[in-house]
Amino acid sequence: MVDLLSVVWTNAISLIIVIPLMGAFLTGLISKLNKKLVFPLALLSLLASFSFTVILASQVYSTGVVARALESNDPSKLTVISPSGNVIPIRIILVADSMSILMTLMASIVSVLAVIYSRDFVKKKVTQFYPLFLIMISGMYGVVLTGDLFNLFVFIEILSISTTGLIVTFDRKRAPDSAFKFIVISSISALMILFGIGILYGQYDALNIAFLAKVVRWSFLDKIAFAILLVALLMKAGAVPIHMWVPDAYGDTPAPVTAFLGATSLASLYVLFRVCFTLFGFVVNTLTVGWILIIIGLLSMFVGVTVALVQNDLKRFIAFQSISQVGFMLIAVGVGLAVSNTPQFFSYGFRALVGGVFHLLNHLIYDGLLFLTAGAIFYTSGTTDLRKVRGLGHKMPFVALFFLVGAFAISGIPPLNGFASKILIYESVYAFNPIISAIAILVSILTLAGFLRAFYSAFLGPNPTKKPKKISKLMFLSMLILTILVILVGLFPHFVVDVLVKPAVMVLINPQFYVEVFSNV
Amino acid sequence: MLVYATVMLLIAFGLYTVIFKKNLIKIVIGINLIECGVNLFLISLGYIEGGYSPIYTLAPSDLWRNMVLPTPQALTLTSIVIGLATTALMLSLVVMIYKNYKTINSGELGRIMSG
Repeated sequence: MVDLLSVVWTNAISLIIVIPLMGAFLTGLISKLNKKLVFPLALLSLLASFSFTVILASQVYSTGVVARALESNDPSKLTVISPSGNVIPIRIILVADSMSILMTLMASIVSVLAVIYSRDFVKKKVTQFYPLFLIMISGMYGVVLTGDLFNLFVFIEILSISTTGLIVTFDRKRAPDSAFKFIVISSISALMILFGIGILYGQYDALNIAFLAKVVRWSFLDKIAFAILLVALLMKAGAVPIHMWVPDAYGDTPAPVTAFLGATSLASLYVLFRVCFTLFGFVVNTLTVGWILIIIGLLSMFVGVTVALVQNDLKRFIAFQSISQVGFMLIAVGVGLAVSNTPQFFSYGFRALVGGVFHLLNHLIYDGLLFLTAGAIFYTSGTTDLRKVRGLGHKMPFVALFFLVGAFAISGIPPLNGFASKILIYESVYAFNPIISAIAILVSILTLAGFLRAFYSAFLGPNPTKKPKKISKLMFLSMLILTILVILVGLFPHFVVDVLVKPAVMVLINPQFYVEVFSNV
Repeated sequence: MLVYATVMLLIAFGLYTVIFKKNLIKIVIGINLIECGVNLFLISLGYIEGGYSPIYTLAPSDLWRNMVLPTPQALTLTSIVIGLATTALMLSLVVMIYKNYKTINSGELGRIMSG
């Protein structure tokens, strides 16, 4: 028994990725025998992943970066000495530092709550839904926990292919078109990521992120590889010039999948931070790249919120607001990156980065909440068109309250969590350039206006004529837990920032912590 | 040098097809072209002038200093398999769209979806 515990303790990082994969195939098999066992098996595998994430988090916060090689853990076998005397890393390693473990924790919480929500949402297509859902979650864990570039490409493809399958599980009329757009954009961006990885491999003969961070220079070919990776990752994150797939993909999927799709867009933002701050961390031209991120962030914020004001479908509306919040994160990280080599970094640059990463964490929580409430509206009245639903607040007062909490959180109203991260962003971006901060505050006001209109249309008004279906207890439970998280993180932001966010930002701005992985394994 | 020019041409033709053509099947073919270009780029990274294939069985005696790099071959195989799965998925989506709307022209689909 003690032996099993020690095996789990040392191998937690690989178990996080493997258990949902095994659960996916077992779920597919068991659904042919007995449909009632499928949900408990899925929930059990995701709870196991969540507990392994907590174990891994305790290891990372006590000892620093944790790394495991995938086949053998003998340090002498991790690198070979080539005949010319160079040291070449040869195994695929999984690396968990504070930034990865932050993303893993949030992904595991959102995944457990989404799967609890989905039991009553998904009753007919159990055979198709759960295996794809578990593969998608395992792909997300792989993206944030890997330390090898080609492994990253494979997991990004796993994530996008399984998500496409999930988009078409329910709606057979409108969804294939949105899924086609999603897979075309995901394919092109993944192939461009592979092209950038190929350029880096051809120059340095290594695919290991920690090793490449030490040897990469800022030559012309490296700049090309960096530009290709940057654009491809911004395409996957839904930033503005290529944001057309986001409302279609988010709007036509079932609600628990949309709650997790938000997490996958933020996973590509995580990979962007990994490439900017760690892989090219020693050599990147911070001012230029910072300003590029700031400008794309400004465009995303503004376009997202203005087009959202004219949407009639609730899920497409929330998807556009989601694009604009990604713009907020890009602005904050761009400001932090742009000043990171100057003395102003210690006055406002660090706080900008903390604000950006904290906003990412908060966004996962309140975006999940908003999409789950939109799913509840779809479940009870069969449509999410804001021109057709009316007066649902009379029959579902608690769901109306959850939606209101989510709407206030995304607009940045105190004392909820959106305010805590947005005030950090406003203050630090104001010190950098006041115009950007003014545009950010204007965007927040427009966000609030849009959400108030959506709340009024969906929940207030006269009593609905048809009797709506009641939502089930599990759906209510998952929305309740997310709301409690929103309020708690809003009331005690210092705790979350000091324990989770500040170590993540310290790892981002000090790439040498990540690079020392080879002396740790 | 010729290899890199071919890669660039394949990727350029693929991108042109995806962006400017309206038939959905042509878009799938365009993505396949981009993928062929990227795979060709990956496998050409491992070539060493006058090298043998990296197989130890019945190898010639001067194999040890003259092997072509085996890692890009593994990367390319993985990428070809991923491309196969993606193409199959995209084509099945096109079949579903045709069954629902009887057209695979993206301009007409846009009009149907929004109107």
